[in-house]
Amino acid sequence: MTPASNPDPSTWDPLNRRPVDRQPGDHHRARGQDPATTCSVLDRADVGRALTRIAHEILERNKGPADLLLLGIPSRGVPLARRLAARIADVESAVPVGALDVTMYRDDLRLRPARPLEPTDIPAGGIDDRVVVLVDDVLYSGRTIRAALDAIGDLGRPRAVQLAVLVDRGHRELPIRADFVGKNLPTSQLETVRVHLDEVDGDDAVLIESPAVASGAGGRSERDTR
Amino acid sequence: MKRHLLSAADLDSDDALLVLDTAEEMRQLADRPIKKLPALRGRTVVNLFFEDSTRTRISFEAAAKRLSADVINFSAKGSSVSKGESLKDTALTLEAMGADGVVIRHSGSGAPHRLANSGWIRGCVINAGDGTHEHPTQALLDAFTMRRHLGELDGRRVTIVGDVLHSRVARSNVLLLATLGAQVTLVAPPTLLPVGVETWPCETSYELDGPLPKSDAVMMLRVQQERMNAAFFPTQREYSRRYGLDARRMGTLPDHAIVMHPGPMNRGMEISATVADSARSVIVEQVANGVSVRMAVLYLLLGGSEPALSATGEPAVATASAPESVPA
Repeated sequence: MTPASNPDPSTWDPLNRRPVDRQPGDHHRARGQDPATTCSVLDRADVGRALTRIAHEILERNKGPADLLLLGIPSRGVPLARRLAARIADVESAVPVGALDVTMYRDDLRLRPARPLEPTDIPAGGIDDRVVVLVDDVLYSGRTIRAALDAIGDLGRPRAVQLAVLVDRGHRELPIRADFVGKNLPTSQLETVRVHLDEVDGDDAVLIESPAVASGAGGRSERDTR
Repeated sequence: MKRHLLSAADLDSDDALLVLDTAEEMRQLADRPIKKLPALRGRTVVNLFFEDSTRTRISFEAAAKRLSADVINFSAKGSSVSKGESLKDTALTLEAMGADGVVIRHSGSGAPHRLANSGWIRGCVINAGDGTHEHPTQALLDAFTMRRHLGELDGRRVTIVGDVLHSRVARSNVLLLATLGAQVTLVAPPTLLPVGVETWPCETSYELDGPLPKSDAVMMLRVQQERMNAAFFPTQREYSRRYGLDARRMGTLPDHAIVMHPGPMNRGMEISATVADSARSVIVEQVANGVSVRMAVLYLLLGGSEPALSATGEPAVATASAPESVPA
Protein backbone atom coordinates (compact mmCIF):
# COMPACT_ATOMS: atom_id res chain seq x y z
CA MET A 1 0.00 0.00 0.00
CA THR A 2 1.20 3.46 -0.81
CA PRO A 3 1.12 5.45 2.40
CA ALA A 4 -1.47 8.18 2.25
CA SER A 5 0.88 10.51 4.07
CA ASN A 6 2.88 11.40 0.99
CA PRO A 7 0.74 13.68 -1.16
CA ASP A 8 3.45 14.88 -3.51
CA PRO A 9 3.54 12.74 -6.63
CA SER A 10 6.81 14.25 -7.80
CA THR A 11 8.75 12.62 -4.98
CA TRP A 12 6.85 9.39 -5.01
CA ASP A 13 7.28 6.59 -7.49
CA PRO A 14 4.17 4.41 -7.40
CA LEU A 15 5.92 1.54 -9.19
CA ASN A 16 8.71 1.13 -6.73
CA ARG A 17 6.60 2.25 -3.79
CA ARG A 18 9.51 3.90 -2.13
CA PRO A 19 10.75 7.45 -1.94
CA VAL A 20 12.62 8.32 -5.09
CA ASP A 21 14.27 11.45 -3.91
CA ARG A 22 16.07 10.77 -0.70
CA GLN A 23 17.26 13.66 1.37
CA PRO A 24 20.06 13.97 3.88
CA GLY A 25 18.73 13.26 7.30
CA ASP A 26 16.16 10.86 5.91
CA HIS A 27 18.20 7.85 6.84
CA HIS A 28 15.11 6.03 7.85
CA ARG A 29 12.61 6.70 5.15
CA ALA A 30 13.43 3.44 3.48
CA ARG A 31 13.13 1.42 6.65
CA GLY A 32 9.72 0.15 5.64
CA GLN A 33 11.12 -1.88 2.76
CA ASP A 34 12.70 -5.28 3.28
CA PRO A 35 16.11 -4.67 4.73
CA ALA A 36 18.40 -7.24 3.27
CA THR A 37 20.38 -7.97 6.41
CA THR A 38 20.76 -5.66 9.35
CA CYS A 39 23.13 -6.40 12.17
CA SER A 40 23.67 -4.40 15.30
CA VAL A 41 27.30 -3.49 15.94
CA LEU A 42 26.96 -1.35 19.05
CA ASP A 43 24.05 -1.43 21.48
CA ARG A 44 22.97 1.18 24.01
CA ALA A 45 25.61 0.22 26.59
CA ASP A 46 28.38 0.14 23.96
CA VAL A 47 27.47 3.62 22.69
CA GLY A 48 27.47 4.94 26.27
CA ARG A 49 30.86 3.41 27.04
CA ALA A 50 32.38 4.71 23.82
CA LEU A 51 31.19 8.26 24.59
CA THR A 52 32.51 8.07 28.16
CA ARG A 53 35.92 6.96 26.89
CA ILE A 54 35.98 9.71 24.22
CA ALA A 55 35.11 12.31 26.87
CA HIS A 56 38.05 11.17 28.99
CA GLU A 57 40.35 11.09 25.97
CA ILE A 58 39.39 14.66 25.05
CA LEU A 59 40.22 15.82 28.58
CA GLU A 60 43.44 13.84 28.62
CA ARG A 61 44.65 15.11 25.24
CA ASN A 62 43.84 18.73 26.09
CA LYS A 63 45.00 18.56 29.71
CA GLY A 64 41.60 19.57 31.06
CA PRO A 65 38.51 21.40 29.85
CA ALA A 66 40.01 24.91 29.60
CA ASP A 67 39.32 26.58 26.22
CA LEU A 68 37.45 23.53 24.93
CA LEU A 69 34.42 24.03 22.67
CA LEU A 70 32.36 21.15 21.27
CA LEU A 71 30.60 21.66 17.93
CA GLY A 72 28.21 18.97 16.73
CA ILE A 73 27.46 18.55 13.04
CA PRO A 74 23.69 18.15 12.42
CA SER A 75 21.79 16.12 12.70
CA ARG A 76 23.21 13.35 14.92
CA GLY A 77 26.47 15.04 15.77
CA VAL A 78 24.60 17.64 17.83
CA PRO A 79 23.12 15.25 20.46
CA LEU A 80 26.46 13.41 20.54
CA ALA A 81 28.26 16.68 21.30
CA ARG A 82 25.76 17.44 24.08
CA ARG A 83 26.31 14.01 25.62
CA LEU A 84 30.08 14.41 25.48
CA ALA A 85 29.77 17.84 27.09
CA ALA A 86 27.62 16.36 29.88
CA ARG A 87 30.21 13.63 30.54
CA ILE A 88 33.05 16.18 30.53
CA ALA A 89 31.05 18.30 33.02
CA ASP A 90 30.63 15.22 35.25
CA VAL A 91 34.36 14.54 35.30
CA GLU A 92 35.75 18.08 35.43
CA SER A 93 33.82 21.26 34.56
CA ALA A 94 31.30 22.43 31.99
CA VAL A 95 32.39 23.24 28.44
CA PRO A 96 30.39 25.21 25.87
CA VAL A 97 28.65 23.16 23.21
CA GLY A 98 27.06 24.22 19.93
CA ALA A 99 26.00 23.13 16.48
CA LEU A 100 27.60 23.80 13.10
CA ASP A 101 25.60 23.26 9.92
CA VAL A 102 27.87 22.70 6.93
CA THR A 103 25.22 22.42 4.18
CA MET A 104 26.31 25.53 2.31
CA TYR A 105 29.97 24.45 2.37
CA ARG A 106 29.40 21.00 0.86
CA ASP A 107 31.11 20.14 -2.40
CA ASP A 108 27.99 18.39 -3.72
CA LEU A 109 25.64 21.31 -3.13
CA ARG A 110 24.91 21.64 -6.85
CA LEU A 111 24.43 17.98 -7.54
CA ARG A 112 21.10 17.87 -5.75
CA PRO A 113 18.14 20.19 -5.18
CA ALA A 114 18.68 22.91 -2.62
CA ARG A 115 18.59 21.45 0.86
CA PRO A 116 17.00 22.92 3.97
CA LEU A 117 19.54 24.33 6.41
CA GLU A 118 19.99 22.87 9.88
CA PRO A 119 20.40 25.15 12.87
CA THR A 120 23.83 26.58 13.54
CA ASP A 121 24.45 27.64 17.11
CA ILE A 122 27.83 29.08 18.01
CA PRO A 123 28.19 29.65 21.79
CA ALA A 124 28.68 33.24 22.91
CA GLY A 125 32.32 34.18 22.89
CA GLY A 126 32.93 32.63 19.49
CA ILE A 127 35.61 30.15 18.52
CA ASP A 128 38.66 32.38 18.43
CA ASP A 129 41.66 30.89 20.31
CA ARG A 130 39.62 27.96 21.53
CA VAL A 131 40.20 24.26 20.94
CA VAL A 132 37.24 23.24 18.80
CA VAL A 133 36.25 19.58 18.90
CA LEU A 134 34.03 18.71 15.94
CA VAL A 135 31.62 15.87 16.71
CA ASP A 136 29.86 13.70 14.12
CA ASP A 137 28.26 10.28 14.08
CA VAL A 138 29.98 8.52 11.15
CA LEU A 139 33.30 9.35 9.49
CA TYR A 140 33.30 8.03 5.92
CA SER A 141 34.55 9.96 2.89
CA GLY A 142 35.73 12.89 5.02
CA ARG A 143 33.89 15.39 2.84
CA THR A 144 31.60 16.57 5.62
CA ILE A 145 34.61 17.35 7.79
CA ARG A 146 36.27 19.20 4.91
CA ALA A 147 33.13 21.33 4.67
CA ALA A 148 33.12 21.85 8.44
CA LEU A 149 36.75 23.03 8.39
CA ASP A 150 35.85 25.61 5.74
CA ALA A 151 32.85 26.74 7.79
CA ILE A 152 35.07 27.13 10.86
CA GLY A 153 37.47 29.25 8.82
CA ASP A 154 34.65 31.72 8.20
CA LEU A 155 33.69 31.81 11.90
CA GLY A 156 37.05 32.68 13.36
CA ARG A 157 40.47 31.26 14.13
CA PRO A 158 40.51 28.49 16.69
CA ARG A 159 43.79 27.50 18.35
CA ALA A 160 43.24 23.93 17.17
CA VAL A 161 40.53 21.77 15.65
CA GLN A 162 40.06 18.15 16.67
CA LEU A 163 37.59 15.54 15.46
CA ALA A 164 35.53 13.06 17.49
CA VAL A 165 33.31 10.48 15.78
CA LEU A 166 31.23 7.62 17.10
CA VAL A 167 32.05 5.36 14.13
CA ASP A 168 34.92 5.44 11.64
CA ARG A 169 33.94 3.20 8.75
CA GLY A 170 36.95 3.89 6.50
CA HIS A 171 36.90 4.64 2.74
CA ARG A 172 38.33 8.15 3.10
CA GLU A 173 38.41 10.28 -0.02
CA LEU A 174 40.31 13.18 1.55
CA PRO A 175 43.37 13.40 3.82
CA ILE A 176 41.35 13.64 7.02
CA ARG A 177 41.50 11.51 10.18
CA ALA A 178 39.69 11.48 13.50
CA ASP A 179 41.38 12.26 16.82
CA PHE A 180 38.81 10.36 18.90
CA VAL A 181 36.97 7.30 17.59
CA GLY A 182 34.22 5.35 19.33
CA LYS A 183 34.49 2.30 17.12
CA ASN A 184 36.55 1.50 14.04
CA LEU A 185 34.19 -0.38 11.77
CA PRO A 186 35.67 -1.89 8.62
CA THR A 187 32.88 -1.93 6.05
CA SER A 188 32.22 -2.54 2.40
CA GLN A 189 31.12 0.47 0.41
CA LEU A 190 27.98 -1.47 -0.47
CA GLU A 191 26.96 -1.51 3.17
CA THR A 192 25.12 1.26 4.97
CA VAL A 193 26.02 2.30 8.50
CA ARG A 194 23.15 3.72 10.52
CA VAL A 195 23.52 5.42 13.86
CA HIS A 196 20.41 5.62 16.03
CA LEU A 197 20.30 8.02 18.96
CA ASP A 198 17.62 8.47 21.61
CA GLU A 199 17.21 12.17 20.84
CA VAL A 200 16.50 11.57 17.15
CA ASP A 201 15.44 7.95 16.70
CA GLY A 202 14.24 6.84 20.12
CA ASP A 203 16.98 4.25 20.68
CA ASP A 204 20.78 4.03 20.87
CA ALA A 205 22.44 1.67 18.42
CA VAL A 206 24.84 1.39 15.50
CA LEU A 207 23.60 -0.86 12.70
CA ILE A 208 25.11 -2.15 9.48
CA GLU A 209 22.79 -2.90 6.61
CA SER A 210 24.09 -5.13 3.86
CA PRO A 211 22.38 -4.98 0.50
CA ALA A 212 20.18 -7.86 -0.64
CA VAL A 213 22.22 -10.43 -2.58
CA ALA A 214 20.21 -10.12 -5.80
CA SER A 215 20.08 -6.33 -5.95
CA GLY A 216 23.53 -5.95 -4.48
CA ALA A 217 24.59 -3.33 -6.95
CA GLY A 218 21.97 -1.02 -5.50
CA GLY A 219 22.53 2.11 -3.57
CA ARG A 220 25.55 3.49 -1.95
CA SER A 221 24.28 5.02 1.18
CA GLU A 222 23.61 8.72 1.30
CA ARG A 223 26.63 8.91 3.58
CA ASP A 224 28.76 8.37 0.51
CA THR A 225 28.36 11.90 -0.52
CA ARG A 226 29.35 13.25 2.82
CA MET B 1 9.48 25.50 -4.31
CA LYS B 2 8.97 26.24 -7.95
CA ARG B 3 11.76 27.51 -10.16
CA HIS B 4 10.57 31.09 -10.08
CA LEU B 5 9.15 33.35 -7.41
CA LEU B 6 6.61 35.47 -9.26
CA SER B 7 3.76 35.66 -6.79
CA ALA B 8 3.24 35.07 -3.10
CA ALA B 9 0.61 32.59 -4.26
CA ASP B 10 3.42 30.38 -5.66
CA LEU B 11 4.26 29.45 -2.08
CA ASP B 12 2.24 26.93 -0.13
CA SER B 13 2.55 27.04 3.62
CA ASP B 14 5.41 24.49 3.72
CA ASP B 15 7.39 26.51 1.18
CA ALA B 16 6.73 29.76 3.00
CA LEU B 17 7.83 28.30 6.33
CA LEU B 18 10.92 26.82 4.67
CA VAL B 19 11.87 30.29 3.40
CA LEU B 20 11.25 31.84 6.83
CA ASP B 21 13.23 29.12 8.65
CA THR B 22 16.09 29.42 6.17
CA ALA B 23 16.03 33.20 6.61
CA GLU B 24 16.35 32.66 10.36
CA GLU B 25 19.64 30.81 9.76
CA MET B 26 20.80 33.46 7.27
CA ARG B 27 20.14 36.16 9.85
CA GLN B 28 22.89 34.81 12.10
CA LEU B 29 25.39 35.79 9.44
CA ALA B 30 24.97 39.45 10.39
CA ASP B 31 26.67 38.74 13.75
CA ARG B 32 29.71 37.04 12.26
CA PRO B 33 33.09 38.53 11.47
CA ILE B 34 32.98 37.22 7.88
CA LYS B 35 29.55 37.92 6.43
CA LYS B 36 29.89 35.54 3.54
CA LEU B 37 28.69 32.06 2.63
CA PRO B 38 29.94 30.09 -0.36
CA ALA B 39 26.56 28.68 -1.44
CA LEU B 40 26.22 30.56 -4.75
CA ARG B 41 29.89 30.71 -5.79
CA GLY B 42 30.12 31.01 -9.55
CA ARG B 43 26.45 31.85 -10.03
CA THR B 44 25.47 35.10 -11.68
CA VAL B 45 22.53 37.12 -10.42
CA VAL B 46 21.28 40.05 -12.49
CA ASN B 47 19.34 42.83 -10.83
CA LEU B 48 17.10 44.06 -13.62
CA PHE B 49 15.48 47.26 -12.39
CA PHE B 50 13.23 49.10 -14.81
CA GLU B 51 11.78 51.16 -11.97
CA ASP B 52 13.43 53.19 -9.25
CA SER B 53 14.24 51.43 -6.03
CA THR B 54 16.58 51.95 -3.13
CA ARG B 55 16.08 49.31 -0.53
CA THR B 56 14.94 46.42 -2.69
CA ARG B 57 17.84 46.66 -5.12
CA ILE B 58 20.44 47.19 -2.42
CA SER B 59 18.89 44.39 -0.41
CA PHE B 60 19.02 41.90 -3.29
CA GLU B 61 22.55 42.99 -4.11
CA ALA B 62 23.72 42.50 -0.53
CA ALA B 63 21.93 39.16 -0.32
CA ALA B 64 23.49 37.81 -3.51
CA LYS B 65 26.95 39.05 -2.55
CA ARG B 66 26.76 37.51 0.92
CA LEU B 67 26.06 34.20 -0.79
CA SER B 68 29.16 34.75 -3.00
CA ALA B 69 27.23 35.16 -6.26
CA ASP B 70 28.43 37.52 -8.96
CA VAL B 71 26.03 40.43 -9.20
CA ILE B 72 25.30 42.51 -12.28
CA ASN B 73 23.21 45.59 -11.66
CA PHE B 74 21.10 46.85 -14.48
CA SER B 75 18.91 49.90 -14.27
CA ALA B 76 16.82 51.23 -17.12
CA LYS B 77 18.27 54.70 -16.75
CA GLY B 78 21.56 54.93 -18.57
CA SER B 79 21.04 51.64 -20.43
CA SER B 80 19.84 50.79 -23.91
CA VAL B 81 16.30 50.67 -22.56
CA SER B 82 16.31 54.46 -22.70
CA LYS B 83 17.13 54.05 -26.42
CA GLY B 84 14.00 51.94 -26.82
CA GLU B 85 15.27 48.38 -26.35
CA SER B 86 12.46 45.92 -25.63
CA LEU B 87 12.17 43.63 -22.61
CA LYS B 88 12.76 40.68 -24.93
CA ASP B 89 16.02 42.00 -26.35
CA THR B 90 17.24 42.95 -22.89
CA ALA B 91 16.39 39.43 -21.71
CA LEU B 92 18.22 37.80 -24.63
CA THR B 93 21.28 39.90 -23.79
CA LEU B 94 21.17 38.69 -20.20
CA GLU B 95 20.79 35.09 -21.34
CA ALA B 96 23.82 35.47 -23.58
CA MET B 97 25.78 36.64 -20.54
CA GLY B 98 24.74 33.53 -18.63
CA ALA B 99 22.49 34.83 -15.90
CA ASP B 100 21.50 32.09 -13.44
CA GLY B 101 19.01 34.27 -11.64
CA VAL B 102 17.20 37.42 -12.69
CA VAL B 103 15.69 39.76 -10.13
CA ILE B 104 13.26 41.99 -11.97
CA ARG B 105 11.37 45.12 -11.05
CA HIS B 106 9.14 46.57 -13.72
CA SER B 107 6.34 49.10 -13.90
CA GLY B 108 4.26 46.70 -15.98
CA SER B 109 2.22 44.19 -13.99
CA GLY B 110 3.09 40.73 -15.29
CA ALA B 111 6.53 41.58 -16.73
CA PRO B 112 8.26 38.97 -14.51
CA HIS B 113 5.70 36.37 -15.58
CA ARG B 114 6.45 37.16 -19.22
CA LEU B 115 10.17 36.90 -18.58
CA ALA B 116 9.82 33.56 -16.80
CA ASN B 117 7.45 31.89 -19.23
CA SER B 118 8.57 33.22 -22.58
CA GLY B 119 11.59 30.97 -23.03
CA TRP B 120 13.86 33.98 -23.44
CA ILE B 121 15.99 33.07 -20.48
CA ARG B 122 16.80 29.87 -18.62
CA GLY B 123 17.57 31.31 -15.20
CA CYS B 124 15.28 31.63 -12.21
CA VAL B 125 13.14 34.75 -12.18
CA ILE B 126 12.40 36.56 -8.93
CA ASN B 127 9.74 39.23 -8.92
CA ALA B 128 11.00 42.30 -7.07
CA GLY B 129 7.80 44.26 -7.71
CA ASP B 130 5.79 44.49 -10.91
CA GLY B 131 3.45 47.43 -11.39
CA THR B 132 0.51 47.22 -9.04
CA HIS B 133 0.59 43.41 -9.03
CA GLU B 134 2.91 41.71 -6.55
CA HIS B 135 6.09 42.00 -4.47
CA PRO B 136 6.51 38.56 -2.93
CA THR B 137 9.88 39.05 -1.18
CA GLN B 138 8.47 42.10 0.62
CA ALA B 139 5.61 39.94 1.89
CA LEU B 140 8.12 37.31 3.02
CA LEU B 141 10.23 39.82 4.92
CA ASP B 142 7.09 41.29 6.50
CA ALA B 143 5.98 37.82 7.60
CA PHE B 144 9.52 37.14 8.87
CA THR B 145 9.51 40.36 10.90
CA MET B 146 6.05 39.61 12.33
CA ARG B 147 7.08 36.07 13.21
CA ARG B 148 10.12 37.30 15.12
CA HIS B 149 7.92 39.58 17.24
CA LEU B 150 4.66 37.65 17.45
CA GLY B 151 5.62 34.00 17.06
CA GLU B 152 3.76 31.80 14.60
CA LEU B 153 1.28 33.78 12.53
CA ASP B 154 -1.57 31.28 12.59
CA GLY B 155 -4.60 33.12 13.99
CA ARG B 156 -2.83 36.48 14.28
CA ARG B 157 -4.65 39.62 13.11
CA VAL B 158 -2.92 41.94 10.68
CA THR B 159 -4.38 45.25 9.55
CA ILE B 160 -3.11 46.73 6.28
CA VAL B 161 -4.00 50.39 5.84
CA GLY B 162 -3.91 52.81 2.94
CA ASP B 163 -3.47 52.78 -0.81
CA VAL B 164 -4.38 49.13 -1.41
CA LEU B 165 -5.37 49.85 -5.01
CA HIS B 166 -1.84 50.66 -6.14
CA SER B 167 -0.03 48.47 -3.65
CA ARG B 168 1.75 45.34 -4.78
CA VAL B 169 2.91 44.98 -1.19
CA ALA B 170 -0.68 44.66 0.06
CA ARG B 171 -1.56 42.09 -2.60
CA SER B 172 1.39 39.85 -1.82
CA ASN B 173 0.92 40.26 1.91
CA VAL B 174 -2.74 39.27 1.79
CA LEU B 175 -1.91 36.12 -0.17
CA LEU B 176 1.05 35.09 1.97
CA LEU B 177 -0.54 35.90 5.32
CA ALA B 178 -3.65 33.94 4.35
CA THR B 179 -1.40 30.99 3.45
CA LEU B 180 0.21 31.26 6.87
CA GLY B 181 -3.16 31.35 8.62
CA ALA B 182 -3.28 35.01 9.70
CA GLN B 183 -6.46 37.08 9.46
CA VAL B 184 -5.98 40.19 7.36
CA THR B 185 -8.14 43.29 7.37
CA LEU B 186 -7.63 45.86 4.61
CA VAL B 187 -8.52 49.42 5.57
CA ALA B 188 -8.83 52.06 2.84
CA PRO B 189 -11.22 54.62 1.43
CA PRO B 190 -13.60 52.99 -1.08
CA THR B 191 -11.75 54.67 -3.96
CA LEU B 192 -8.48 53.00 -3.00
CA LEU B 193 -9.77 49.43 -2.77
CA PRO B 194 -9.39 47.47 -6.02
CA VAL B 195 -12.29 45.98 -7.93
CA GLY B 196 -12.70 42.36 -6.90
CA VAL B 197 -11.22 42.80 -3.43
CA GLU B 198 -14.16 40.82 -2.05
CA THR B 199 -12.66 37.70 -3.64
CA TRP B 200 -9.36 38.14 -1.75
CA PRO B 201 -8.84 36.02 1.37
CA CYS B 202 -9.31 38.96 3.76
CA GLU B 203 -11.81 41.36 5.29
CA THR B 204 -12.16 45.01 4.36
CA SER B 205 -13.12 48.11 6.29
CA TYR B 206 -13.56 51.77 5.40
CA GLU B 207 -12.55 53.03 8.82
CA LEU B 208 -9.42 52.52 10.86
CA ASP B 209 -10.41 52.93 14.50
CA GLY B 210 -12.47 49.72 14.66
CA PRO B 211 -9.84 47.14 13.68
CA LEU B 212 -6.89 48.71 15.56
CA PRO B 213 -7.60 47.44 19.12
CA LYS B 214 -7.72 43.84 17.81
CA SER B 215 -4.58 44.05 15.65
CA ASP B 216 -1.34 42.23 16.39
CA ALA B 217 0.39 44.13 13.60
CA VAL B 218 -0.60 47.18 11.61
CA MET B 219 1.03 47.85 8.26
CA MET B 220 0.79 51.34 6.79
CA LEU B 221 1.05 51.64 3.01
CA ARG B 222 2.54 54.54 1.12
CA VAL B 223 0.12 56.71 -0.78
CA GLN B 224 1.51 56.24 -4.29
CA GLN B 225 1.05 59.67 -5.78
CA GLU B 226 3.09 58.73 -8.84
CA ARG B 227 0.54 56.12 -9.87
CA MET B 228 -2.49 58.29 -9.17
CA ASN B 229 -4.05 59.77 -12.29
CA ALA B 230 -7.31 60.82 -10.66
CA ALA B 231 -8.60 62.32 -7.43
CA PHE B 232 -8.92 59.38 -5.06
CA PHE B 233 -9.48 61.49 -1.96
CA PRO B 234 -10.37 65.15 -1.42
CA THR B 235 -7.26 66.43 0.33
CA GLN B 236 -4.11 65.02 1.86
CA ARG B 237 -5.18 66.45 5.19
CA GLU B 238 -8.48 64.59 5.11
CA TYR B 239 -6.76 61.34 4.15
CA SER B 240 -4.25 61.79 6.93
CA ARG B 241 -6.96 62.40 9.54
CA ARG B 242 -9.07 59.42 8.52
CA TYR B 243 -6.41 56.88 7.55
CA GLY B 244 -3.13 58.12 9.01
CA LEU B 245 -1.54 56.45 12.02
CA ASP B 246 -0.77 59.02 14.70
CA ALA B 247 0.15 58.72 18.37
CA ARG B 248 -3.49 58.69 19.53
CA ARG B 249 -4.43 55.82 17.22
CA MET B 250 -1.25 53.94 18.10
CA GLY B 251 -2.36 54.17 21.74
CA THR B 252 -5.42 52.03 20.98
CA LEU B 253 -3.27 49.11 19.79
CA PRO B 254 -2.66 46.14 22.10
CA ASP B 255 0.62 46.38 24.04
CA HIS B 256 2.40 43.72 21.98
CA ALA B 257 1.34 45.09 18.58
CA ILE B 258 3.95 46.28 16.08
CA VAL B 259 3.81 49.03 13.46
CA MET B 260 5.19 48.31 9.99
CA HIS B 261 5.75 50.21 6.77
CA PRO B 262 7.31 48.87 3.57
CA GLY B 263 8.96 52.27 2.86
CA PRO B 264 9.55 54.78 1.55
CA MET B 265 7.43 56.68 4.09
CA ASN B 266 5.51 59.89 3.60
CA ARG B 267 5.95 61.18 7.14
CA GLY B 268 2.94 63.22 8.20
CA MET B 269 0.75 61.63 5.54
CA GLU B 270 0.01 57.94 6.24
CA ILE B 271 2.21 57.78 9.34
CA SER B 272 3.24 60.50 11.78
CA ALA B 273 6.87 61.00 12.66
CA THR B 274 6.15 60.17 16.31
CA VAL B 275 4.82 56.76 15.32
CA ALA B 276 7.54 56.06 12.74
CA ASP B 277 10.25 56.69 15.33
CA SER B 278 8.49 55.00 18.26
CA ALA B 279 9.57 51.80 19.99
CA ARG B 280 6.63 49.98 18.38
CA SER B 281 7.91 50.71 14.91
CA VAL B 282 9.88 47.87 13.30
CA ILE B 283 10.42 49.71 10.03
CA VAL B 284 14.22 49.72 10.18
CA GLU B 285 14.22 46.09 11.24
CA GLN B 286 12.14 45.25 8.17
CA VAL B 287 14.96 46.54 5.99
CA ALA B 288 17.57 44.47 7.83
CA ASN B 289 15.39 41.37 7.63
CA GLY B 290 14.97 41.96 3.90
CA VAL B 291 18.56 40.89 3.29
CA SER B 292 18.13 37.63 5.25
CA VAL B 293 14.88 36.75 3.52
CA ARG B 294 16.28 37.47 0.06
CA MET B 295 19.33 35.35 0.86
CA ALA B 296 16.97 32.52 1.75
CA VAL B 297 15.03 32.90 -1.50
CA LEU B 298 18.20 33.07 -3.61
CA TYR B 299 19.67 30.05 -1.84
CA LEU B 300 16.55 27.93 -2.22
CA LEU B 301 16.11 28.82 -5.90
CA LEU B 302 19.74 28.82 -7.01
CA GLY B 303 21.66 26.86 -4.39
CA GLY B 304 20.99 23.35 -5.65
CA SER B 305 20.78 21.52 -8.91
CA GLU B 306 18.25 22.49 -11.52
CA PRO B 307 16.21 19.37 -12.19
CA ALA B 308 13.96 20.97 -14.78
CA LEU B 309 16.92 21.94 -16.91
CA SER B 310 18.86 18.71 -16.63
CA ALA B 311 15.72 16.67 -17.27
CA THR B 312 14.52 18.41 -20.39
CA GLY B 313 17.62 20.12 -21.72
CA GLU B 314 15.30 22.93 -22.68
CA PRO B 315 14.53 26.32 -21.19
CA ALA B 316 12.10 26.29 -18.34
CA VAL B 317 9.25 27.34 -20.59
CA ALA B 318 8.19 23.76 -21.27
CA THR B 319 7.75 22.90 -17.63
CA ALA B 320 6.79 26.25 -16.22
CA SER B 321 3.36 25.10 -15.14
CA ALA B 322 4.52 21.83 -13.61
CA PRO B 323 5.51 21.82 -9.95
CA GLU B 324 9.16 21.14 -9.42
CA SER B 325 10.36 18.27 -7.35
CA VAL B 326 12.43 20.47 -5.09
CA PRO B 327 11.50 19.26 -1.63
CA ALA B 328 9.77 21.52 0.78
